Amino acid sequence: MVVVKESPAALGLTEGDLIEMYYKVVLSRALSARMWILNRMGRAPFAITGDGHEVAQVASAFTVKPGKDWVVPYYRDMGVVLTVGMTPRDLMLGLLAKAADPSSGGRQMPSHFGHAKLRIVSGSSPVATQIPHAVGIALASKLRGEKDATIVYFGDGATSKGDFHEGLNFAGVHRLPVVFFCENNGYAISVPLKKQMAIAHVSERAAGYGFPGVTVDGNDPLAVYAASKEALQRARSGEGPTLIEAVVQRLVPHSSDDDQRRYRSQEEIEAGKLADPVPQFKAYLEKEGLLTAEQNEEINKRVAKEVDDATDFAEKSPYPQPEEAVTRVYGSEG
Amino acid sequence: MATKTVIEALRDALHEEMQRDERVLVMGEDVEEGGVFRATEGFLAEFGPGRIIDTPLSESLIVGAAIGAALNGMRPVAEIQFADFIHPAMDQIVSEAARMRYRSNGAFSCPMVIRAPSGGGIHGALYHSQNVEALFAHVPGLKVVAPSTPYDAAGLLKAAIRDDDPVLFFEHKKTYRLIKGEVPEQDYVLPIGKANVVRQGKDLSILTYGLAVHQCLEAAEALAQEVSVEVVDLRTLAPLDKEAILESVRKTGKALIVHEDNLTGGIGGEVAAIIAEEAFDYLDGPVMRLAMPDVPAVPYSPPLEEYCLLNPEKIAAAIRKLAAY
Repeated sequence: MVVVKESPAALGLTEGDLIEMYYKVVLSRALSARMWILNRMGRAPFAITGDGHEVAQVASAFTVKPGKDWVVPYYRDMGVVLTVGMTPRDLMLGLLAKAADPSSGGRQMPSHFGHAKLRIVSGSSPVATQIPHAVGIALASKLRGEKDATIVYFGDGATSKGDFHEGLNFAGVHRLPVVFFCENNGYAISVPLKKQMAIAHVSERAAGYGFPGVTVDGNDPLAVYAASKEALQRARSGEGPTLIEAVVQRLVPHSSDDDQRRYRSQEEIEAGKLADPVPQFKAYLEKEGLLTAEQNEEINKRVAKEVDDATDFAEKSPYPQPEEAVTRVYGSEG
Repeated sequence: MATKTVIEALRDALHEEMQRDERVLVMGEDVEEGGVFRATEGFLAEFGPGRIIDTPLSESLIVGAAIGAALNGMRPVAEIQFADFIHPAMDQIVSEAARMRYRSNGAFSCPMVIRAPSGGGIHGALYHSQNVEALFAHVPGLKVVAPSTPYDAAGLLKAAIRDDDPVLFFEHKKTYRLIKGEVPEQDYVLPIGKANVVRQGKDLSILTYGLAVHQCLEAAEALAQEVSVEVVDLRTLAPLDKEAILESVRKTGKALIVHEDNLTGGIGGEVAAIIAEEAFDYLDGPVMRLAMPDVPAVPYSPPLEEYCLLNPEKIAAAIRKLAAY
């Protein structure tokens, strides 16, 4: 059970903010559940979601100024992109590879988010490649004296890639306005953290690049919010980068093509479910008297309706024209 | 018009672009002190440390951060000190820069240039001599340019910087100081994707690029009494100027492709395929290729290096062989 230590008021969060966060968390989980069902029904060839990461994702993205700050997500970040402004319809269009998918027009696998207007940068499947992009985006903003910041998300597996080290090193040298947000769920597909690194915390890496690193409980919305807010403020005020490690659970297999029972014990999988951040967030809100049964019911109904609407909308939405496949390779040919 | 070397023309073109457009910035290793080939000499004093940026020894970062800067409104010129060192950045170039526009359905793009000195003949051995252009010419989403003269280098570099897509710009380092030519004072741009017939001929076409253009011209001149050789400088390797290739070969009926890059999987294979598919009826001899042997890279010892690299004598022998058909 997560123990929330921070006080919402001290962080500048209203009751309404917390309810909004909770709503995004529930929405993210419900969309994921629908995506897995559609996959198992054979209506979506592939699904990859961030069940267990939602509280960390939503609470951190809640500190972003949408459309002003740059957000560089990876494929588990449904909670991030929903918080920054993508809609359930946007995500379902991506799942079903429809023409109107704003991330890629149905070109990429699902959850490879992108949205130019919201400054959500298109991502790929190779991990950590987005980290140097975030660094370059922050460099450009700094050169022009702009006050936006960049936040880049990645998993624990990505911290083993050269691009992670090269990106953090350069950001440290130039004190760039960038926040590195690691969602450490302890697994890179099947490879556990202890085979990924010989240190206890990803955040320790920051010392090697000359800026602060913090580890927070990714199930604690206020701890994540506080750390992200502080890091983005540091970035905006020219104090340089921060590495945040949010420790989370991966409640689902890596993707719809993975079976985590092959490499995780039943006990561990069950223990993970007990650490599910969604009911914990709910319990916290109830304990603080911020969420009534009525409000909860309302949120659940609203979410169910949005998920149904998004599914119907995406299913009825057309596929891209086949010949679209050979367009937009270069800028000069339309 | 001023007479300049290739490296002077490149430096001036880059300088003019940085003066013209404040979105242009240079990042790479040793660029602040002017670069190992002096391509950015004096830039730091004029443009300041924000637009001329020494990076750590991190090629993937150089390209990856340039992609980010391009996404955020800049026109970065990323310098890879030697083309031989570009391989750590392969993922960023191929998985990211090349695919950004396509994968975002046109919502994002990477207007950026990656400059890399390439080629042998300067006692550079395995890791300062490589020709890596074919690796990138295979990748849709990238443009690949390989100029041979000061005039082309300046005009194409400006075009590359103004282009809305990622451009790999391979400069044959042996041309840097060896090749001189006239460069106009006024601003001009040469179109990417256009070849140039640098010598008119009627018996045989040579399709080539980079330093080899000059070696081919020398060979053609030496054989001028025996055979009339046309030399086409491809200039851009992706996209290839199919029309220019076909027009020349349809005229002469014979095609010899010459490149310093090794033979197998080189640009020559693609040029040969274009000719075979679209100019078959015009041929009166086999499409031939002259290239570096398939060894990993140019070795250091002078006789080994000379054995591998092109020279006018080898090219003349290939011309004679093909002309005999």
